[in-house]
Amino acid sequence: MSTAGFNSQNGAGGQPFANGPSQNAAMMYPPGPSHSMMAQPPYSNPMPGKPPLPAGPGLYNPGSYQMAPPISSYQGPGHTVLTRPPMGPPQLASSGPPSQNSTPPPMSTGSFHTGAQHPMQPAWLCNAPPAVSTPPGSAPLGNHVAPPPSSVPNQHPVPGYPVRPPPVLHSASTQPPGPLVPPVSSSSYSSSGSAPLPMNPVSSHHYPPGRSGYNPAPPVAAGPLTSMRPTPPPTGPGGDAPPLVAPMHQQEGTGHGPSAGDGPHVSNSFDHLEAGAKTAAGPTPPQPGMIGRPMGHSYPSLPPGYQKMGIPPSASPLQSPKPPYNAAHQPYQQPLAGPVQLTPSMAGLSLQSQTPEALRVVNLLQERNILPHGAVPPPTPCLPQDLQKFNCSPEVFRCTLTSIPQTQSLLNKAKLPLGLLLHPFKDLSQLPVVTSSTIVRCRTCRTYINPFVTFLDQKRWKCNLCYRVNDVPEEFMYNPVTRSYGEPHKRPEVQSPTIEFIAPSEYMLRPPQPAVYLFVLDVSHNAVETGYLDVVCQSLLDNLNSLPGDARTKIGFITFDSTIHFYNLQEGLSQPQMLVVSDIEDIFIPTPDSLLVNLSECKELVQDLLKALPQMFNKTMETHSALGPALQAAYKLLSPTGGRASVFQTQLPTLGAGALKSREDPNQRASAKDIQHLTPATDFYKKLALDCSGQQVAVDLFLLSGQYCDLASLGCISRFSAGSVYYYPSYHHQHNPSQVERFQKDLKRYLTRKIGFEAVMRIRCTKGLSIHTFHGNFFVRSTDLLSLPNVNPDAGFAVQMSIEENLLDMQMVSFQAALLYTSSKGERRIRVHTMCLPVVNSLSDIFAGADVQAITGLLASMAVDRSVTASLCDARDALTNAVIDSLATYRSSVLTIQQAGLLAPSCLRLFPLYILALLKQKAFRTGTSTRLDDRVFAMYQLKYQPLSYLMPMIHPVLYRVDDLTDEGALNINDRTIPQPRVLQLSVEKLSREGAFLMDAGLVIFLWIGRNCSSSFLSQVLGVPNYSAVPQNMTRLPELDTAESVRFRAFIGWLREQRPFYPVLHVIREESQLKPSFMQNMIEDRTESALSYYEFLLHLQQQISK
Amino acid sequence: MAFTFAAFCYMLALLLTAALIFFAIWHIIAFDELKTDYKNPIDQCNTLNPLVLPEYLIHVFFCVMFLCATEWLTLGLNMPLLAYHVWRYMSRPVMSGPGLYDPTTIMNADILAYCQKEGWCKLAFYLLSFFYYLYGMIYVLVSS
Repeated sequence: MSTAGFNSQNGAGGQPFANGPSQNAAMMYPPGPSHSMMAQPPYSNPMPGKPPLPAGPGLYNPGSYQMAPPISSYQGPGHTVLTRPPMGPPQLASSGPPSQNSTPPPMSTGSFHTGAQHPMQPAWLCNAPPAVSTPPGSAPLGNHVAPPPSSVPNQHPVPGYPVRPPPVLHSASTQPPGPLVPPVSSSSYSSSGSAPLPMNPVSSHHYPPGRSGYNPAPPVAAGPLTSMRPTPPPTGPGGDAPPLVAPMHQQEGTGHGPSAGDGPHVSNSFDHLEAGAKTAAGPTPPQPGMIGRPMGHSYPSLPPGYQKMGIPPSASPLQSPKPPYNAAHQPYQQPLAGPVQLTPSMAGLSLQSQTPEALRVVNLLQERNILPHGAVPPPTPCLPQDLQKFNCSPEVFRCTLTSIPQTQSLLNKAKLPLGLLLHPFKDLSQLPVVTSSTIVRCRTCRTYINPFVTFLDQKRWKCNLCYRVNDVPEEFMYNPVTRSYGEPHKRPEVQSPTIEFIAPSEYMLRPPQPAVYLFVLDVSHNAVETGYLDVVCQSLLDNLNSLPGDARTKIGFITFDSTIHFYNLQEGLSQPQMLVVSDIEDIFIPTPDSLLVNLSECKELVQDLLKALPQMFNKTMETHSALGPALQAAYKLLSPTGGRASVFQTQLPTLGAGALKSREDPNQRASAKDIQHLTPATDFYKKLALDCSGQQVAVDLFLLSGQYCDLASLGCISRFSAGSVYYYPSYHHQHNPSQVERFQKDLKRYLTRKIGFEAVMRIRCTKGLSIHTFHGNFFVRSTDLLSLPNVNPDAGFAVQMSIEENLLDMQMVSFQAALLYTSSKGERRIRVHTMCLPVVNSLSDIFAGADVQAITGLLASMAVDRSVTASLCDARDALTNAVIDSLATYRSSVLTIQQAGLLAPSCLRLFPLYILALLKQKAFRTGTSTRLDDRVFAMYQLKYQPLSYLMPMIHPVLYRVDDLTDEGALNINDRTIPQPRVLQLSVEKLSREGAFLMDAGLVIFLWIGRNCSSSFLSQVLGVPNYSAVPQNMTRLPELDTAESVRFRAFIGWLREQRPFYPVLHVIREESQLKPSFMQNMIEDRTESALSYYEFLLHLQQQISK
Repeated sequence: MAFTFAAFCYMLALLLTAALIFFAIWHIIAFDELKTDYKNPIDQCNTLNPLVLPEYLIHVFFCVMFLCATEWLTLGLNMPLLAYHVWRYMSRPVMSGPGLYDPTTIMNADILAYCQKEGWCKLAFYLLSFFYYLYGMIYVLVSS
């Protein structure tokens, strides 16, 4: 992928072309005060100024910290720390200063210019999964996210397979190569994933600012201002927010604004904005003279069967002329014609002949093979085709019920949870990015204009959430895609359910913050023993240039054991200086200005430090860990700017604030009736996280530990500051190489993935629906607003919904998630996802639209909450009851003909299996010895992981891999990915003659049968026979055989689908890891848990009660 | 007609109940503000939490007074609320400071609705008891 021109994206000089219309506008309108952002910064700066800091060293507490003088004095024991009890000055001198060790001495200046010589790598480049290059000309991606119209001039084919995490081309911070893309003045439209290939032939015309060529008659200068540019505006407040022609919009959009900047008194400013307009807010009756949009966006009338009450399954929505079930890849089988295996008892029922596939009755006790051959496809909402094609991708936005019940009582009756699962910041391969001086939003509810609004006529549109009729702004009339005037419904905002806006300054409360990274490293004896420092420092060294950011990126380091060590990296120093603060009771920042330094200016010092750090603490005997004070220090250091603190911790914090005690009794792990200590032991971490959240600081926790670390308490620091938690149990650089590999890979992804700062996410939904509870890592700021100091592409969210008012006269409802964030390039951006779902009034329709995976994911999140607030047993009972209740309702209310057996609609046939899998999952299992931290981590995963990554963790996927063939294989980028059949998780599926691969999300097992064919052993594993398979094999040899290539392609493909790195364990029948492999055999009975069949019998018994 | 200790208790309770009514109204308003997005939950919890214990203590205080005055019926009427207060405070989330409300969970619709309902119920209880104490005071004053 060409990255040329990336430089031009940041910095004031980055705009290579004059913004034509803006200039026009500026010429036509005298530059009023609002035109110049320098003259009148539109954001008030709510950021608390830096606390009054001591001016010089003389003001510091002289006893508790001493600034180590630069180089020369490192030689001697001048580095005394008075109040650091265990380490006398001589010791410290040997451990502290790098130059005294036999370690690589800090490089002299000038020898280490790598960073300075190379332009910063764009972050997204390194996010790319290995080997996924994007050759031009592959098949276009038929994805929901794709900007639809063929008239898009710069739309490029993007190869690929929708499930795979998008390759090189990432979205928001990914700007198309600047200079290469024709600067079609203000009106070129490009999806951010655009490769530079199919250049717009017209482009060269538009370099000169005069752009009147293809917009001959803009009625007002504001029209062409709406620009869709491939390149972002330069950073900085003075940048290029186009001179706004519309000063009256200054207030608009602050509905998001104030929340972003975290002023404590957040008021939705549209409230006063709309003071007079409120009367029009209510749902307006359908206008008689309503002009349907040519695209068919007006509310279509649903098939008549839809409006009847209590339709039997026969009269289901699928009778609509265009059955949506065959619209997508979901195999919709006409029950009569298709090869549906009707259960014998069903075959004779004439009624069933018209049942949609989703409602086909399955007798779970009789049908064994309920798993589909491949991945379980998400159901398609039963919407008219022309709306469905605009619907948000299920990867991003998913609802547990793709048909929304009309009333809460109907929802209660169905006994299925209603909720959304979101993956809002997912790396997308194609994302339209819009730059516009005014972002068109509903004036009442602030909804962004989206594909599901109705255009009443050319000048007015009706909001699909609150039904207010809004005016179409003049500039929205101009369509930059087709370069035509008067077609507002063809604008990309109205054509794409997922879109990103570059926000004008009204969306900022302060200038966009720079990317700030602080690393907080545990250097106690225990930490040094694990040897993780080498990995962290090496990874950082390798990826220093690919950290997302721009010229303003800042970086800093804190290490801690029983004291806190800061590192002065100020420009001009020849070596990093270590500053030790031992007063952990009242932590302060020694030199506030030089601890967080500009990465590009001080790269050599940072590199020096990273090279020296692993050896600096080699001989430390300090066993205590003052994590709490270190976090307080990190908070103080970051609070003026906001940013990301990455904390690496290896043991239970023992000193200072936030000290914890071990709460786990290992002997009770298996036997305990109920699991205690799932709640935090102290609220210190939670309070600190809330403070961090207020200052736009997110804390990511890496827990590398052999013993109990009380993740339940520690995790709060990340949970409420929107960080992420990584956990590597029993991490050791020698004893546990697989964890090291995982840690390395995860760290690389972590350092280079996209990041959004000072973000907020608001979820709006059609009037009548309301948000009940959120699940994930964030702080809930108000009923529909999440405060996310950082947002990363691997974070998932779940939202429970409730129906407050009946949706009686609505045919569909919409949900909109808007994520406002600052990109690492210092741009304020808004990513908007909109999903539309039909409203139904019969139970059978609700069941027909149930999304079993989403339901499972939401139930898992709810069960985690339940086990924390009530007890684990309660949560387990609730999970079981969820299946019992919904299947009982199905049986009593939907099925017209009663028959024996455990009946489920086809779309829910996996429900009992998934719930059983959840009950046997680490988070909820009982009776098996599970470490408390493992359990808590599994719970965090359930709440935090996006659904697509979560499913294999709940229900692992088993394949037979010794006979992989190319039959039915996928072809991605000239690689052939075999697609073996998914097998049931039962030992009976294993055979001694085969080799089986189990993908359990965070780990992949390869189970080798005793009599496995020698060709597989030799061609794939590179060993002559079974007994030669090593005990701890985690890597496959790169053999040049077809089998090996195929197998590695398959594993590589599995790994590419997720942002974390599952380690492959090759398991023989007598392997140590065999128990963990066997625990994933969910359908089998274990000593403490039911088998799948027993579970079904239990369900049946409960249902027929 | 004599000014007995019981009459004094009733008078005191009357005044204190008036204060409690204000507390309850304050709670209701605060949670309503939370629900309508006007306030940040952290700020709101910070203002509400210090008020929880005083409210409970005031209630405990005049319960003790009634105990001393051997007003068994009045005490009995107050016992359920007293027990509820004890239970509520025992089952509060892990917090270092006094108070009940945790800004991270308060926005949960169930908890918010519960707190609102609690506020209304208490308001009703305090209002009723206000008039009951008024009646009680007059009764004691007249009968003795």
